[in-house]
Amino acid sequence: MTRLADTRERYVAAFRTFAGNGAAGAPAWLKEMREAAIARFAELGFPTTKQEEWRFTSVAPIAETAFTLSRGRDTAHVTAQQLEPLCVGGLRAVRVVFVDGAFAPSLSAVAGLSRGVRAESLAAALERDPELARQHLARYAPYQASPFAALNTAFLCDGAFVYVPAGVEFDRPIELVFVATAGDEPTVSHPRSLVVVERGARATVVESYVALADGVYWTNAVTEVAVGDGARLELYRLQRESRQAYQVATTHAIQGRDSVLRLHPIALGGGLARHDVQTVLAGSGAELILNGFYLLHGSQHSDHHTVIDHAQPHCASHEFFNGIVGERAHGVFNGRIIVRPGAQRTDSKQTNNNLLLSTEARADSQPQLEIYADDVKCTHGSTVGPLDQTALYYLRSRGLSPETAAGMLTYGFAAEILGRMAHTELREELDRVVRARLADRSRGGRRA
Amino acid sequence: MTAKVLLEVKNLHAGIDGNEILRGVDLTVRAGEVHAIMGPNGSGKSTLAQVLAGNPAYTITTGSAQFLGKDLTALKPEERARDGLFLAFQYPVAIRGITNAYFLRSALNAIRKSRGQEELGPVEFMDGLEEKLKLIGWDDSYVSRPVNDGFSGGEKKRNEILQLAVLEPKLAILDETDSGLDIDALKTVAHTVDKLRRPDSATVLVTHYYRILTHIMPDYVHVLSGGRIVKSGGKDLALELEEKGYDWVRDKAPVA
Ligand SMILES: Nc1ncnc2c1ncn2[C@@H]1O[C@H](COP(=O)(O)OP(=O)(O)OP(=O)(O)O)[C@@H](O)[C@H]1O
Ligand SMILES: [Mg+2]
Repeated sequence: MTRLADTRERYVAAFRTFAGNGAAGAPAWLKEMREAAIARFAELGFPTTKQEEWRFTSVAPIAETAFTLSRGRDTAHVTAQQLEPLCVGGLRAVRVVFVDGAFAPSLSAVAGLSRGVRAESLAAALERDPELARQHLARYAPYQASPFAALNTAFLCDGAFVYVPAGVEFDRPIELVFVATAGDEPTVSHPRSLVVVERGARATVVESYVALADGVYWTNAVTEVAVGDGARLELYRLQRESRQAYQVATTHAIQGRDSVLRLHPIALGGGLARHDVQTVLAGSGAELILNGFYLLHGSQHSDHHTVIDHAQPHCASHEFFNGIVGERAHGVFNGRIIVRPGAQRTDSKQTNNNLLLSTEARADSQPQLEIYADDVKCTHGSTVGPLDQTALYYLRSRGLSPETAAGMLTYGFAAEILGRMAHTELREELDRVVRARLADRSRGGRRA
Repeated sequence: MTAKVLLEVKNLHAGIDGNEILRGVDLTVRAGEVHAIMGPNGSGKSTLAQVLAGNPAYTITTGSAQFLGKDLTALKPEERARDGLFLAFQYPVAIRGITNAYFLRSALNAIRKSRGQEELGPVEFMDGLEEKLKLIGWDDSYVSRPVNDGFSGGEKKRNEILQLAVLEPKLAILDETDSGLDIDALKTVAHTVDKLRRPDSATVLVTHYYRILTHIMPDYVHVLSGGRIVKSGGKDLALELEEKGYDWVRDKAPVA
């Protein structure tokens, strides 16, 4: 077993190499930020299960694997035909594709952007217009608090940049596809994305992580999201990494006055996955729908930690997370809701329902409310358990076989979440994916 | 009476978690009939209904129940439904994520399939559903909502009747479907149930109120008390119960 101190040194050494070659051309402020971030990572190191935030999720397998930094291998070996079935954004989508962390222009389709809307690689944005990126980068996902955000920031070099200027209602979905090719040796990529929807603008963004092959790799993603005053963003995040892959991800969002963010984190893949979602309702009247779903089989482990920070009055947050956990899989949900002093008239609702499909499946659900204002409405509820016997019987009493009834109830856990998705093509595609997997599993299949 | 016997219950004893609740129920229901079962809270009305529908939580200890000449106890709940038995639940269950339309079509198709009939596609099904919705006075919005999820108490009851209308059973047992309905809803529901009656079907109404019986005329009224039918009579018995309560008919036998 690797000593944890060695692990840190390995990343620091890798950083020195990285800072020495590939990343040398960056602006000074970015170089400084990377230096500060690697220093912070060296202090923090990888978390252990002794830390409350990581109680149910051991990242030892990640710490112990000697990942090499993915240098964005030649992207030419990935074809559009391979990619096509993994895309969910629909025919009209603008597409920005990354292969093993590196922008793949030949696979991307960004034609027809108008009115100042940008969907491109962050590297390009940093080169062309560094000030715009600088206004937002590392402002919402501070690397001081998390070793993973620190590592991502230290190795920050590419990812997606989406920018919808004030007042622009952009109606084509913007699909960001992060493809892993899973080579022979374990690699790590640190995609860093920035989604900025300015005042009064509207957008739909799909952030999708997919794999072309099974294999061990690690995606350490950070996405920062800024939703301006009165803006509206529908953000889908679809995690379909390989079954042997690791994904640690952070989504940090900040919302302005009267803005609406509808965030849909869907986790279907990965062997070990952790997603931290933090949103700050930073302007009064803001509304958040956090609508998540995880479907786990085999020995998959998926952990969602969400923090909804009501910093201003008159905001609403409705959080719904459903999980279907089968075989020996383990789902973890931790939902923290903070209502700051003065955030009166907060309306917050949280539910997390976990369906266990086998006796070995496990789910841990922890709501955490921290309320420092008195005139608020906060409710939460969580369930963990097998199929409801009364519901099964109810369906059977209408003529459905026990298998059909069980399938229907199980699918309902997914359908409830999918039903809140406004993007029809994406919803229908996801619906097909989920149904196929559930049907396959109930037949005893092993396909992902 | 020469009409066909649909349901024949004899000396039925049944219970739950080791507690005997039904202590010798006898009941015969023939085609074309309407029976009302009344009785105090906790007397076993829902237990009888659930036992007949095949709720696996209940155990039958002695006695028999036959539906269309078949031993009910040998049939699974879904088989009973496919044979034409329907129970409107006193407490309908919410099914998250599954729309009413999808649920209704699946149920109807499961039943049709078991009878060798062709299954209905979504479009065909929706065509037929329109008419049933009209019967119960609902618009389309209710069928695209998840089954009973977030429905009010009265809406859940009405949804049971929508299922009844779609599935067209031979024997409908309605467990307090009239409770929790406002006056207009009660009228609509009662009217629907009455309209759905066929010469070859029968209805068993479990109720606490005389009111619904003014819309659906019962042929027989039974009083269930202490797990037994302690009195049977015609429609007038219901009126008498409404006025006098149950004390005068209550089962005087010591509780086991
Ligand atoms: N799991 C259980 N264990 C023990 N007793 C039970 C259980 N479930 C129900 N009972 C009891 O069985 C009795 C009959 O219940 P049932 O629901 O059949 O009554 P009911 O006649 O339908 O009453 P109501 O008019 O209130 O609907 C009640 O006394 C009830 O408390
Ligand atoms: Mg009852």
